[in-house]
Amino acid sequence: MAIAKKAIVWGLFAAGGTLTSFILPALIGLFLLVATGNVPENLQFEQFHAFAASWLGKACLFVVLFLSVWHAAHRLRVVVHDFGIRKDALVANAVYTVAAVGTVLAAFYLLAIS
Amino acid sequence: MSRRPYVREMSKTTWYMRNGRYRVYVLRELSSFLVAFYTFLVIYALSVLAAGSAVQWNSFLASQQGVGMIIFHGLALLYFLFYQTFPWFKLAPKAMPIQVGENKVADSKIIGAHYVAWIVVTAFIFWLAGVI
Repeated sequence: MAIAKKAIVWGLFAAGGTLTSFILPALIGLFLLVATGNVPENLQFEQFHAFAASWLGKACLFVVLFLSVWHAAHRLRVVVHDFGIRKDALVANAVYTVAAVGTVLAAFYLLAIS
Repeated sequence: MSRRPYVREMSKTTWYMRNGRYRVYVLRELSSFLVAFYTFLVIYALSVLAAGSAVQWNSFLASQQGVGMIIFHGLALLYFLFYQTFPWFKLAPKAMPIQVGENKVADSKIIGAHYVAWIVVTAFIFWLAGVI
C-alpha cells in the first residue's frame, strides 16, 4: 500500500511541477498587473465570472488548482524534512490534509459560481 | 562492524550551508511556498467570485493593489522563474529523454522546445485574460 500511495503523490508532484513551471509565471504576471491597477479586461467581474461559470473554465481552473496544491504539498513535506524536522508521518498527514482541503474548497467554490 | 564507527557531524537544520550546490537545492525547494501561496490566493479569489457580487470582487481587486504588492509579486516572479521554471526546463531532458530511432534527441532541443512552449502558453494565458 505504501508503494502505491508513493506513486500517486509522486505522479501528482511531477505533473504539478510541469504545469506550475509553465503557467505560474503568467499567473504571477496577472497579479502584478492587478497590483499596478491595470486590471486585465477579462479579470473584471462580468468577464471572469462568466469564464468561471462555464464548464470549460471550471475544468481549467480546477485542474490547475488541484495539481498545484498537491505539487506544493509534496514538496513542502520534503522542505520540512530538509530543515531538520524528522516527523515525516505527521508532516505528510498535515500537508496532504491541507492539499485535500484546498482541493475540496476549489471544487466547492467553482461549483458555487453559476 | 567497527567498534568506533565514524559519524560525521552534520547539523540537521543548516546542513545545506556547507556546499553551494546544496544551497541552490534548498533555494529551489523553497519555491514550493510560492506555489502554495498563489494556489490559495486563487482559491480565495474564487470564494469572492462565488459570493456573486461585483462590489465584493472590485474590493478584492482593490485590496490586491499597491506598491507593496507590486514589489512582492515582482520578486516572487523573478524567484519563481530562476528557481523553478528555468531549472525545471533544464532537467527535462534528464527526466524525459526522448529517443528517435537509434539516437537520443539532443538535450538542447528538448530544453529549447520547453522555452518555446512556455512562451506560447504565457501568451495564451495573457490573451485569455485580455491583456494582449
